[in-house]
Amino acid sequence: MKILVTVKRVPDPEQKIKLKDDRIDLSAANWQLNQFDEYAVEAALRLTEDARNPATRLGEVTVVSLGPAEVQQQLRAALAMGADKAVRVDSRDEDLDADIVARTVEKLVRRDSPDLVLMGKLAADNEGNEVGQRLAGYLGWPQATFASIIEVVEGGKALLVGREVDAGVEMKKVRLPAVVTVDLRIVAPQAIKNGRTPPDHAYPEGPRYASLKGIMAAKKKPIEELTLAQLAIQPTLRVRTVSVRLPPPRKAGIKVSSVQELVDKLHNEAKVI
Amino acid sequence: MPYRGVDYFALDDLLTEEERLVRATFRRFVDEEVLPHIGHHFRQGTFPMDLPRKLGALGALGSFLQGYGCPGLNAVAYGLMMQELERGDSGVRSFASVQGALVMYPIYAYGSDEQKDRWLPAMARGEVIGCFGLTEPDFGSNPGGMRTTAERHGSTFVLHGEKRWITSGGIADVALIWARTQPEGEVRGFLVERGTPGFSTRDIEGKFSLRASVTSELILQECVVPESAMLPGARGLRAPLSCLSQARFGICFGVLGAAMACYEEALSYCCERKQFSRPLAGHQLVQEKLVGMLEEITKGQLLAWRLGRLKEAGRLRPPQISLCKRNNVRIALQCARTARDLLGANGITDEYQAGRHMCNLESVFTYEGTDHIHTLVVGEDITGHSAFD
Ligand SMILES: Cc1cc2nc3c(=O)[nH]c(=O)nc-3n(C[C@H](O)[C@H](O)[C@H](O)COP(=O)(O)OP(=O)(O)OC[C@H]3O[C@@H](n4cnc5c(N)ncnc54)[C@H](O)[C@@H]3O)c2cc1C
Repeated sequence: MKILVTVKRVPDPEQKIKLKDDRIDLSAANWQLNQFDEYAVEAALRLTEDARNPATRLGEVTVVSLGPAEVQQQLRAALAMGADKAVRVDSRDEDLDADIVARTVEKLVRRDSPDLVLMGKLAADNEGNEVGQRLAGYLGWPQATFASIIEVVEGGKALLVGREVDAGVEMKKVRLPAVVTVDLRIVAPQAIKNGRTPPDHAYPEGPRYASLKGIMAAKKKPIEELTLAQLAIQPTLRVRTVSVRLPPPRKAGIKVSSVQELVDKLHNEAKVI
Repeated sequence: MPYRGVDYFALDDLLTEEERLVRATFRRFVDEEVLPHIGHHFRQGTFPMDLPRKLGALGALGSFLQGYGCPGLNAVAYGLMMQELERGDSGVRSFASVQGALVMYPIYAYGSDEQKDRWLPAMARGEVIGCFGLTEPDFGSNPGGMRTTAERHGSTFVLHGEKRWITSGGIADVALIWARTQPEGEVRGFLVERGTPGFSTRDIEGKFSLRASVTSELILQECVVPESAMLPGARGLRAPLSCLSQARFGICFGVLGAAMACYEEALSYCCERKQFSRPLAGHQLVQEKLVGMLEEITKGQLLAWRLGRLKEAGRLRPPQISLCKRNNVRIALQCARTARDLLGANGITDEYQAGRHMCNLESVFTYEGTDHIHTLVVGEDITGHSAFD
C-alpha cells in the first residue's frame, strides 16, 4: 500500500500566546510536529509493516508538508520514525489557508497516486479540521474522518474505519483510494489491522520513538522540494486574518450568601433559568 | 507544563537536525519511561532493570560506536542523549556511561574480533550488562597503585584482588577487570563472566547517592580465566584512562541535564508558591538565585557543545575534558543545592527532584576523577608542573 501522510509544524500548544501588531507573535515559538499528524504517521507505518519484522517495509509512506525551510526538521522527524520519503512544498505559513493546502495536496495526490491519504483530524494551531474534507471533495474520493480504528479489508481494496461517536463506534467501509483523518485513539495498541501483522499483536501505546538507527537512516532519505508555482497553485487566500485578539480577561466571580440569592441571580441577571 | 529544556541563548541553532531528533527521542523516553518510576527506585535503592533493553532497543548503548549494531552517533548527539538521561537520574546515565564508554568502548578499541562479535551486539541490545572494575579499596584517585594481579599459568591467567565502587557490578553479566600481570607488572584488561569460579560481587548498601544505580564490590580469589579473556590491544594504564575520557565526555553533557531539571523545578515552584505578599519568584534574592542557575547552565552548555565539536574534529585533548567535567559538575551540583534551598522543606522529600539530583551529583563530583584530580590535570597542562607523584 502506498500512503501519503500530510504533516504540519505547529507552535508548542503549551507555550503562552503573545500578540504583536494584531497577530500571534511566533518569533520565539517552539515548533513541533502536530500531534495528530504524528499519529497519522504512526498509523501509516503500522499499515505498511509486519510488526514481527518492521525492518522489511510492505508499502511506502510519503510525508508531505507545506511550509518554510525549517519544516524540514518535522519532516526529518517523520522519516526518523520510519517514513520512506518526504516532500516539502515551499511556502510561508501566512500565505496558506485550508483551501490552498487541500488544493496543493490534491496536485501531489494526482501526481503520485497513493492508495490512501492519511491526515491528522486537525492541527493544534487553529484547530481548523478542514483540509481532509476539502481534499476528499476535490479528489472525488470517499472520506472517513476522526478514525480511531482502521482495518484493511477485501484484500486491500477497502478499509473498515471506526469513528467514535456519542453512542459508540461507528464502522464505515470506504473503498480505496480514500482520504482518512485520524483521531487520538488510532495509536492504541490494537487500533490497526493490516492483514499482515497478526491481529492479536499489541503495539506500545502512542506513536513510536525515533530510534537512533531510524534517525541515522533518516539523514539519507530524500526530501523533495517543490514550489506552489511548480504545482500550478494559485496562492489566493480564501480566508484572510484580519486581526487576532485575546479573549477579555474573566471578571472575578462573586460569592452568594444563600441558595435563594443564587436562584435569583441565575433567573434575573444571568437569565439562564 | 511539560519539560522543554533550557535554552536561553538559542543554542539550538548550533545543533543539527539529527542532534535535535536524538534529544527529542530521549527527552520523551525520560518523561515516559524514567521519571514515573525513578523516585520509587531511588527510595528502594534499586536499579530499574527494564531500562537496559529499552535503551538497547533505541540504540542508546554504545551509541557512539559504529557497527556491531551501534548507530555511530556524533559526539554532540551522544552528549545530548546523556544530558536527557541524566535529567531523569544520574544513575540511569551512569548505567549508560559504563555500558557504552567503559565496557563496550574498550572491547571495541582493544578487543579481538572474537570478543567484539561475542559481546558488542548483545551489549548494544541491553541483553548483556557490563561493568568496569578499576578502582580498589585502597586505590581511587591513583589507580596506578592497583594491587589486583593476573598471574600467567600456561594459557590461563589467575586473577586475585578486590575492586570497589563498581557501577552495575552486582547486575553485570561481564566485568572488565583491570589487573597487573605477574611477573611483568603491566596493567591489562580481562573480561570476567558472572559465574566464573572465584569471582563474586557484593552490593554496597547505605548509599545517600546514586541509589537508583547498583554499586558493588568485586572479589577475585584464584579466579582462573583463559588467555582469550584478555583484551589484546589494551596495554598499560593508558587503556583504562582512555575509556574514562570517553565517559567523562558524556558526564560533561549529562550533568547539565540534572542541572536543567533542577532549574526548571525551582523556577516553576518559585512562580507558584507565595510567601509574604508575592510569589517566591518576586523576591529579589530568589531572582538572583534563579538567574545564577540559568547563567551557569548557559555557560556550561556552550562549554559542552564546544567540547563536542572539538571531539568531532579530532582536536579534543583530555585536559579540555577535565576542565569541562570540573566546571559542569560543579555548577550542576550548585544548581541542585540552590534548587533544594528554594524548594524549602519540600526540597528534602522525594516528591521533588532537586534533592535526588543533589545527592546523586555528589557521586558524580567524585567518580571519573574527583574535582581535585581534574584541577590538577589542567594545572599540569598549563604550567608544565605535575602536582601528582
Ligand atoms: C557511585 C560511584 C560509582 C563508581 N563507579 C565506579 C566504576 O564503575 N568503576 C570504577 O573503577 N570506579 C568507580 N567509582 C570509583 C571512583 O572512580 C572513585 O571513588 C574515585 O576515583 C575517587 O577515589 P576514592 O573514592 O578512593 O577517593 P580518594 O582518591 O581517596 O580521594 C579522597 C579525596 O582526596 C582527594 N585527593 C586524592 N588525591 C589527591 C591529590 N593528589 N591531590 C589533591 N587531592 C587529592 C580527592 O580529590 C578527594 O577529595 C565509583 C564511585 C562512586 C561513588
